[in-house]
Amino acid sequence: MNAIRKKINPGWILVAPFLLLVVALYLGPIMNILWLSVTDPEPGLSNYQKLYQSDTMARIIWTTFRICVVTTIFSVFLGYWIAYAMVHCHQQQKNYMLAFLLVSFWISILVRTFSWLMLLGRKGLVNDALGGIGVISEPIAFMRNELGVLIGMVHYMVPYAVLPLLVNMQSLDMRVMNASRNLGATGTQTFWRVYLPLTTPGLVSSTLLVFILSLGFYVTPAVLGGGKVLMIAEYISVQLLVTLKWGTAAMLAALMLLGVLAMLYIMSQFMKLSTVFGGSSS
Amino acid sequence: MSNSDHTQGSLQLTDLSKYFGEFCAVNKVSLEIQKGEFLTLLGPSGSGKTTLLMMIAGFVDITSGDIALDGTTIVDIPAEKRNFGMVFQGYALFPHMTVRDNIGYALSVRKRPAKEITERVDEMLELVQLQDFANRKPNQLSGGQQQRVALARALCFAPPVLLLDEPLGALDKKLRVEVQQQLKDIHKHVGTTFIYVTHDQEEALSMSDRIVIMRDGAIEQVGSPYDLYEHPATEFSASFLGKSNFLRRPDGLYALRPEKIDIRAAGNGGEPARLTGAIKSITYFGSMQRIIVSIPDGDELEVDIDSWRNQDPLHEGQQVDMLWQDIAAVKLAEG
Ligand SMILES: Nc1ncnc2c1ncn2[C@@H]1O[C@H](COP(=O)(O)OP(=O)(O)O)[C@@H](O)[C@H]1O
Ligand SMILES: [Mg+2]
Repeated sequence: MNAIRKKINPGWILVAPFLLLVVALYLGPIMNILWLSVTDPEPGLSNYQKLYQSDTMARIIWTTFRICVVTTIFSVFLGYWIAYAMVHCHQQQKNYMLAFLLVSFWISILVRTFSWLMLLGRKGLVNDALGGIGVISEPIAFMRNELGVLIGMVHYMVPYAVLPLLVNMQSLDMRVMNASRNLGATGTQTFWRVYLPLTTPGLVSSTLLVFILSLGFYVTPAVLGGGKVLMIAEYISVQLLVTLKWGTAAMLAALMLLGVLAMLYIMSQFMKLSTVFGGSSS
Repeated sequence: MSNSDHTQGSLQLTDLSKYFGEFCAVNKVSLEIQKGEFLTLLGPSGSGKTTLLMMIAGFVDITSGDIALDGTTIVDIPAEKRNFGMVFQGYALFPHMTVRDNIGYALSVRKRPAKEITERVDEMLELVQLQDFANRKPNQLSGGQQQRVALARALCFAPPVLLLDEPLGALDKKLRVEVQQQLKDIHKHVGTTFIYVTHDQEEALSMSDRIVIMRDGAIEQVGSPYDLYEHPATEFSASFLGKSNFLRRPDGLYALRPEKIDIRAAGNGGEPARLTGAIKSITYFGSMQRIIVSIPDGDELEVDIDSWRNQDPLHEGQQVDMLWQDIAAVKLAEG
């Protein structure tokens, strides 16, 4: 008994009930979903067959994938830019920028989505203004299409893209960049040959984070896509609430889970790489 | 070896100053550095050594004054065009590149042909004895090996001047002595001007052609190791470079090195004693012994003697006479 007690950190006894609760509340439903996907409406893989039998399904998956990729590319690019500016400007400006970044975390996604509608809708501020000064005769269709979804999603994702990059960039030893300049490299050469490789771990985690979060987007595509841009999350909710095909919904959810796990696996491989990159100059 | 273009490499610093806001990190430094010289900047931490080096390298803007290479001012030339080699504090190797790519970096960004780069890198690998490590990453090397990679990387493009910021600071004592010798050999071999920063006085004494003692951003004294050790000009110089006793006499303050004092049991006749006192402590260091003597006015004097000479052992509490030659006591300037 004593031997066991010595091996088990007493801290575990404190967290054990909560840990069990969390495991039960997470794993239970997930298992349930996986179970549903192969049993509803009848046992078998009929739900998964729909993946290549149904055109709608293929279109939805393709749309989701495309929007996620484009969102990720723009968000990470902008995020890299912002993180770079934050790391390399003066402390005070940095504090302002960090405050803006955090504020955008605090504002609800619904508020942020609807404010885009106010700004860029057919009767939104921008179209009104442009029409008012006569630049355009017809309102530009920013919203209720894929462009609208992309604008809204990129806007929401940029802060998420910034954080891993910020952490990565802040941990860099600036003497390494100085060494590059000292050895005769121009700013561009230093960026491509030293700075970018050293920020690759941040880029990878930022990319995966944004991509994974984008996969499950629901509110933004629903509101800004105006029903024309159907992504997986919205389709799942339709299956659940309208057509009551829980098996199909569960299959799509399982598919997304698989996608996310695959991403995380790739990410963990890169993280190992990043530890190889780090801890070098000491 | 076909290294530096030997027509280049003398540096002239004129009234060089650097202020960070109100704070003066480097204060009116003027210095002539000969080409091929091994010059050491020695000073306590915070005395402005790194800042001065960074100004020469072009990473820190100068507040006032001038830096000239072979008589031509270089203050307007950006760091990447100055062509000075530099070994950074902590080495600052490129962690994602192999040793070979690290060393060849300067040539590769100058878009030299691959063959030339390979040959030159091989040459440098041989110079620093790292032939077997060419394909390792920096984090697979020991501290001493990283230091040599940093040196090879900085020398690869044959710069006229090499700046070294405490390159041995991270190494342990034994390794440091070994690397000091290698560094000196390399300096002799390549004939590049070395400007070497350290806060280790032994390192400065054993390696340099000349030493610049820095204090609070200003030059305290410049001279050969021998000059500075034998003729310190100020109390700071005398106590920072080696150890020193200070004697106040009617005509001023004198520095007296501990090993220049002879000590013997009191009242042994012979030459009259300059000072007498009682032994407070004796510390044994193997080859030498450090004896602290309390003298009548309440001060203490440190005396170092060779162990082999202490055949008739002195002991704590004993009364002793101390003698030294006139030239052993050096008169200091007082500010
Ligand atoms: N970028 C900077 N801003 C403000 N103060 C600085 C800066 N760099 C150095 N200093 C100050 O200048 C002084 C000299 O620093 P440094 O040149 O690093 O000394 P050393 O290398 O001799 O230890 C220190 O007091 C340090 O705090
Ligand atoms: Mg320093």
